[in-house]
Amino acid sequence: MFETIILILDATLRVSTPLILAALAGLFSERSGIVDIGLEGKMLAGAFAAAAAAAVFGSAWIGLMFAILASVALALVHGFACITHRGDHIVSGVAINTIVAGLTVTLGLDWFDLGGQTPALSGDGRFTSITLPFADALADVPVMGLIYSELISGHNILVYLAFAFVPATYWVVYKTRFGLRLRAVGENPHAVDTAGISVAFVRYRAVIICGILCGLAGAYLSTAHNAGFLKDMSAGKGYMALAALIFGKWRPVPVLLACLLFGFLDAVAVRMQGVALPGIGEIPVQAIEVLPYVLTVLLLAGFIGKAVGPKAIGKPYVKERA
Amino acid sequence: MSDEHMSNDTHAYAIELKGISKRFGSVQANKDINLQVPAGTVHGIIGENGAGKSTLMSIIYGFYEADTGSIEVDGQSLTIRNSQDAIRAGIGMVHQHFMLVDTFTVLENIILGAEGGALLKDGVAGARKELKRLEQEFNLEVDVDAVVGDLPVGLQQRVEILKALYRGARILILDEPTGVLTPQEADHLFRILHALKEQGVTVMLITHKLREILASTDNVSVMRQGQMVAHRVTKETSKEELAELMVGKKVRLKVDKDVPKIGETVLKASDLTFVDGQGVERLKRVSLELRAGEIVGIAGVSGNGQSELLNVLSGITPMSAGEIQFAGRTITASAPCNAAQMRELKMAHVPEDRHKMGLVTGFEAYEAAILGYHDRPDYNGSILMNRKAMLAECEERMAAWDVRPPNPHLKTANFSGGNQQKIVIAREVEQNPDVLLIGQPTRGVDIGAIENIHEQIVKLRDAGKAILLVSVELDEIMALSDRIMVMFDGAVVGEVSGAEANEQTLGLMMANAWNEEGAAV
Repeated sequence: MFETIILILDATLRVSTPLILAALAGLFSERSGIVDIGLEGKMLAGAFAAAAAAAVFGSAWIGLMFAILASVALALVHGFACITHRGDHIVSGVAINTIVAGLTVTLGLDWFDLGGQTPALSGDGRFTSITLPFADALADVPVMGLIYSELISGHNILVYLAFAFVPATYWVVYKTRFGLRLRAVGENPHAVDTAGISVAFVRYRAVIICGILCGLAGAYLSTAHNAGFLKDMSAGKGYMALAALIFGKWRPVPVLLACLLFGFLDAVAVRMQGVALPGIGEIPVQAIEVLPYVLTVLLLAGFIGKAVGPKAIGKPYVKERA
Repeated sequence: MSDEHMSNDTHAYAIELKGISKRFGSVQANKDINLQVPAGTVHGIIGENGAGKSTLMSIIYGFYEADTGSIEVDGQSLTIRNSQDAIRAGIGMVHQHFMLVDTFTVLENIILGAEGGALLKDGVAGARKELKRLEQEFNLEVDVDAVVGDLPVGLQQRVEILKALYRGARILILDEPTGVLTPQEADHLFRILHALKEQGVTVMLITHKLREILASTDNVSVMRQGQMVAHRVTKETSKEELAELMVGKKVRLKVDKDVPKIGETVLKASDLTFVDGQGVERLKRVSLELRAGEIVGIAGVSGNGQSELLNVLSGITPMSAGEIQFAGRTITASAPCNAAQMRELKMAHVPEDRHKMGLVTGFEAYEAAILGYHDRPDYNGSILMNRKAMLAECEERMAAWDVRPPNPHLKTANFSGGNQQKIVIAREVEQNPDVLLIGQPTRGVDIGAIENIHEQIVKLRDAGKAILLVSVELDEIMALSDRIMVMFDGAVVGEVSGAEANEQTLGLMMANAWNEEGAAV
C-alpha cells in the first residue's frame, strides 16, 4: 500500500511538471496583463521543435534550445498582436493554438514522413533520469529510504527545474524591481506609464519569459516524458495550466499546489485504468480525467471564493487619460 | 533652504511655454499657447471642461507631444517625449484620476519607477528614510505600509503628491485636485500647497472652480476653447471677471428663483435600506418626503449612498427593507415595483451617469430620446416603430431645449456633454412626471449649458413637480435646493433649509463631523 502511494506520488511529480512550467509561464504573462490562452499552442510548438531538433542533432539540449526559440517566437507574435497592435488577447491566443496544431503535423509529415510523428528518440536525444547521491544505498532504509530513492531521486533535470522555478518565480515577482513593475503593469498600466516606465517593454519581457517557460514545458513532453513528438501531444495541458493559474489566484505557491492536485488526479486516473472497485465496478478513465476540470469549476464557483485576477488583464493599454 | 534656492535661481520662470499647439484629428485641443509660470509661485489654470487644460498639462508631463511649440524649464529648452523626461526635468503631476496601483502599499506605489536597484530591498530602506523626511518637511503624514486601495481619497492624493516629491519634483502640476474631496480635505490640500510653495516648489493648479483659484493662487491664466485668453494676477481679479473670461459672456452664478409654492406630499419613503451583493449596507434607514413644487437636494461626497438612493427610489435596484408610498401604492421589499412600473406611475429619472445609464451612446439622438418610453403607442405602429413620429418629436424637443447641433440623426456619443444631458433631461421631463429624480445634472457640462439646465429645473419646480436633486457640487445644491439633506455612509446625517445652508455647515456634515452646537467634532 505504502509503495503504491509512493508510486502514485512519483507519477504525480512527472505529470505535474509540464503543468507547473506552463502555469508559471502564464503567471508571468497574465500578471503583466496579457491573457494567454496560447499556452497550449506554445507548449505543443516547443514539443515539436524539441523532438525534431533532438532527432536531427541527437542532443536533448539542442532540442530544448529549439523548443525555447519556437515558443518565444510565438510569444512574440502574441505580444506583437496584443501589445503593439492592441488586439484581442483571446483571438490571438486561439489563432496561435490552431496554427500550431496544424503546422506541427504538416511539418512533421514533410520532414520525417512518419505520419506526423518525429523519429523515436533514444540516448542523448532524451533527458534521462538523474539518480541523486546515495539513492541506491539508501533504498533499503524503511520509509525515508523509499521516499528518497523513489520519490525524490530518479527524475530528469526538467522536473527539478520546474520545482526550482516556483521559489524563483516568487522571488522575481515579489522581491525584484522587475516584479514590482510586472505586477503594477497588470493592475494599472497608466500608473506605470506616468511613473516613466514603458508599459510595452515590461509586457514584452513578460511574454518572452512566458515563451521560455512554455518551451521548457514542451521539451519536457517530447524529449523527457515521452521519446518523440506525437500529434496533439499537449492534449489540453495548456488549458489545464490556465485553470491551475486561476485556481491558484495568480500566486506562485498556490499555483504549484493546484498543479500538483491536477497532476495527482491524473496519476490516479492512470493507476485506476482497468481497476475494478468493489461494489462500483470499473470506473471509466474519462470520469477521472475530467475531475480536474470539474474541480476547478466547483471550487471557483463556490468554495474558494472569487478569483480576482490582475485588474487590467486583457485590456489593451491605450495612452489616454482615463 | 528656500532662500538659497531662490538666490541660486537666475531664471525667473520655472516653466515657459512658447506657441504650443496640439491637434487630435479634427479637434484643435491647444492652439498657440504661451504661458510663463514664475518660479516658486502657485499658478492657476482655469477653464471650462474641454477648454484644453488637461491636454496642455499632459504635454508638459510628456504624455502627449505637442505638434508645434517649445517648452522651457528653468530657462532651458527641453524636449519632453515621455513622462520619464518630465520627471528628470523635475516636473511631477497629480492626475485627476489617480495613477496608483490599488493593490500595492503606499511604499510600493511611491518607489514604482524609482526603485533604486534591481532588488527591491536595496531601495526600500532608503526610501523609508527619505519619505519620513518629506512627510515632516511638507506635513504629509501617511502610513507607508497601508494598502492604497483601503485609503480614503484625500490620503490617496497625498500619496500622489509624495510620489512626485520623492522623484525630486520642483514643479508640481495638480489636475482638478479637489473634484473628489470634501471641503475640509480640500482646505487641507491647499495648506499643503502653501507649504510646498514655502519650500520653493512651483505649483500649477488646474481647475474649473473659481473659488479655489481665488483662494490659493498667485497668478491665474484662463483657457477657452483651446486658447489661452488671459493672464491675471489673482489679487487684481475677481470671480466675475474670471467667469466671464472662461465663458466669454456674462454669466450669473446665482439661480433666480422665487419662494417655493409647496404643495402636498407626493412621495414618502420610510426607512429605506439597501444591502448590496457583498453584504454591505449601502443605504441605512433613509426616510424622506418629496412635496410638489419643491426641490430637495442631496449633498454628500460621492459614494456615500446617493447613487443607491436614486436606484432604489427609481426601482432599478430592489430595496432590502423599508417602504415607499407613491401614487397611491405602497412599495416594499416584498411588493416591489420595477423601473418600468415606476415610470408608469409618473416618476422620471435622470441618472447620474448619462453614458452608462442615461444613453446608448451608439444610438442616434432620436432613438436615445425615447429610451424607457419606447413602448408608448405614439412611437409604435402595429409592427414596426413609427420612425416619422419619433423624428418629428425629437426635432421639436431639440428646438425647445436648444440642443446643438439639432440633428436627430447624429449619434449621441458625438454631442457634447451638455447637449447629451439636455437630450436626457428633455426625454424625462417631457413625459410630464409628478416626481423627477435627477442625479449630477451638470457633471461634465460647460457653464453656458449649466445655466440653461438649472433654469429648466427651477421651471419644473414652479410647475408643481417634486424634484429630488443629487449632486456632488455643493454650489449647485445650494443654488437650487429648497431643502438640503446630507448623506454620509449610507445614512442621512443632517437636514437644513436651502436658505440657511452654508458651505461650512454642509461640509462638516458631509464629513460627518457636525454636532448640534455648530462646532466641528
